[in-house]
Amino acid sequence: MTIAIETLGLTKIFGGLVAVNNVDLTIPDKAIFSVIGPNGAGKTTFYNCITGFYVPDQGSVTFYGQPIMGLSPDQIMYRGIARTYQNIRLFPSMTAIENILVGAHSRLTTNLIDAIVHTPRFREEEARALDEAKRLLKFVGLAGQGDRVARNLPYGAQRRLEIARALASKPKLLLLDEPTAGMNPNETTEMIHFIRNLRDELGITILLIEHDMRMVMGVSDRIAVLDYGSKIAEGSPAEIQHNPRVIEAYLGRNASEAQN
Amino acid sequence: MSNLSFKDLKTTMQSGYLPYLLAGAHVLIGTILVYLNQRSIIAFLVLLSSFFSLYRIKADMRYKLFIGAVLALIIIPVLGVRNIFYLEVIFQISVFSALALGLNIVVGFAGLLDLGYVAFYAVGAYLWAFFGSKQFYTLPYTPGSQPTDLPFLLPSDMFYLFIFLAVIVAAITGILLGLPVLRVRGDYLAIVTLGFGEVIRVLAANLDKPLNFTNGPQGITPIQRPPMPQSVVDGFNAIFGKLVGHQADVSALYNVMFYLMALGIIVIIIIVSRRLEDSKIGRAWAAVREDETAAIAMGIPLVKTKLSAFAAGASFAGAMGVLLAASRTFISPESFSFMQSIGVLAMVILGGQGSIPGAVLGAATITILNLQVLQGLSLYLSQLRQSDAVIPIINFAWKNLSSQLDPAQYQRMIFGLILVLMMVFRPEGILPAQRRIKKLASESAPNKE
Repeated sequence: MTIAIETLGLTKIFGGLVAVNNVDLTIPDKAIFSVIGPNGAGKTTFYNCITGFYVPDQGSVTFYGQPIMGLSPDQIMYRGIARTYQNIRLFPSMTAIENILVGAHSRLTTNLIDAIVHTPRFREEEARALDEAKRLLKFVGLAGQGDRVARNLPYGAQRRLEIARALASKPKLLLLDEPTAGMNPNETTEMIHFIRNLRDELGITILLIEHDMRMVMGVSDRIAVLDYGSKIAEGSPAEIQHNPRVIEAYLGRNASEAQN
Repeated sequence: MSNLSFKDLKTTMQSGYLPYLLAGAHVLIGTILVYLNQRSIIAFLVLLSSFFSLYRIKADMRYKLFIGAVLALIIIPVLGVRNIFYLEVIFQISVFSALALGLNIVVGFAGLLDLGYVAFYAVGAYLWAFFGSKQFYTLPYTPGSQPTDLPFLLPSDMFYLFIFLAVIVAAITGILLGLPVLRVRGDYLAIVTLGFGEVIRVLAANLDKPLNFTNGPQGITPIQRPPMPQSVVDGFNAIFGKLVGHQADVSALYNVMFYLMALGIIVIIIIVSRRLEDSKIGRAWAAVREDETAAIAMGIPLVKTKLSAFAAGASFAGAMGVLLAASRTFISPESFSFMQSIGVLAMVILGGQGSIPGAVLGAATITILNLQVLQGLSLYLSQLRQSDAVIPIINFAWKNLSSQLDPAQYQRMIFGLILVLMMVFRPEGILPAQRRIKKLASESAPNKE
């Protein structure tokens, strides 16, 4: 089994608060792996530690066997990790297609001089990038919307555009932070299929933070549960559903006793 | 109802051959008016605004470029030599357009507020001022004590080389300033650039000791101009002499030459900024402007991207600096005050941040306001003051009007007003930046796919 990403003893402390506490996670290649937990459990901080926005205080992160801890966010992006945000962070006044082209930034190789002179190399690369961007736009179901300014797109479309932007970098690992937040049940079902497609068609490993349990249980191969920064459980969806510590974390001690 | 008919009128004006005729007529009327009324501000404005109507009409690009070229390369030089003051105004508009376009890259494209932009302009100007004058030989003398018979350091045709050198030197200055500074965000960056602008000016004013590099507050003069062969003067007089009405001299043709050079630099800046805007780098600038954090997560190296914007903006200012030094043959630290930076910023904001036509329109508007409207008003008021005229009803004699009330003094107030009013009522500027449309709508309509 190839391991996509592995964290060992990952710890991040803010002042007196241990936001992520000694978390060991091993995510296999081409898995759909969910991280769940109550609000404030440290899920997003965990993401930020992996993507280089925070430097962890202890522990290590390895990505396909390479240590990536301490690299800057843009360097980590170049290694093949892309992410989306809990609250959408598109470039609001750029068009949809431009947003995707920005996502492809790390794969474009032409320089300032190429751009000024319009060398054949530049034109060819731009044309290729544009074609690719259009393909991605269609893949996320936004065909024909490429010239619309991102801020004018409907909410669901913005979420999907953000994923398309992340995909434009051809990542090996995609970190999704609550992709169904604010979506209705129909849209959530669509998102489940969409995420499966990402893995099955593009072969991308997916790490998912999610609150919607229907989504988590429907899409994940494996789930890890964080509570107060520590990993309290890990297993298949069925195992997690019946794990008393998980029930306790979500619903309190009485609920977990009642079920036993 | 009237609104509707106005719309109808607009559509009719933009269909068929009518736009060609209207724009052509505008140019022609402007030309004739300026030709007949040598002192009229209004005639001059009619002529200048024909650039704008050329830009706005729906017409074949080749037609627009052709008429625009005739206007810029033949009509304006000829009319300008007829009345040298127009040429000066046009030259200043060109210089400020180029500066505004350069600053537009930094402020408009990359969203970095630069309050010390003229520092780079000063770097270019002092570069040629030092190497293109006798300043090198006055290094050991305190200002004013140097002998008068010193030679020039370099031949005058080195001017052309120095335009390119200034591009490089200013870009490097931009990078050197940027390296320590660009890690700070937003407001802090603005404050540091403000300081940098002042530092350069103060350096220019004080680097006259221990070695006299800049000749201090008195400034450097004479600075060489590139050579102008007599044949060019004769040629111009042979072709346009009758139209101009008098024989043009070398200094008039120098003004034409510098105007044309400024125009050339503007064309280059426009092409370069448009191409950069629509490339990996331009998109990175826009991404950094819109959301720094998300941009980093997309693999955009923050410092490098900001530095490239700073360097690109600075390099154009450097080139214009060399042009300024040569065209004026004199520069002093006064030309590079904080007010100049604010003025260029006001042009960018007035036109529309990130908008290339906006920067040019902003530069033209503010320069004309400064040079023509305000000075025209000042002149008119001072004439009234000297006359015996009296304001009728309140029985107020014009000559009692305080001399403090001189409109030309109100330049700063007008910059301030423009900045405030634009931010409140139209923050996107007169000609807002348009995102570049890739014309996707037709080819990717969902039912076709």
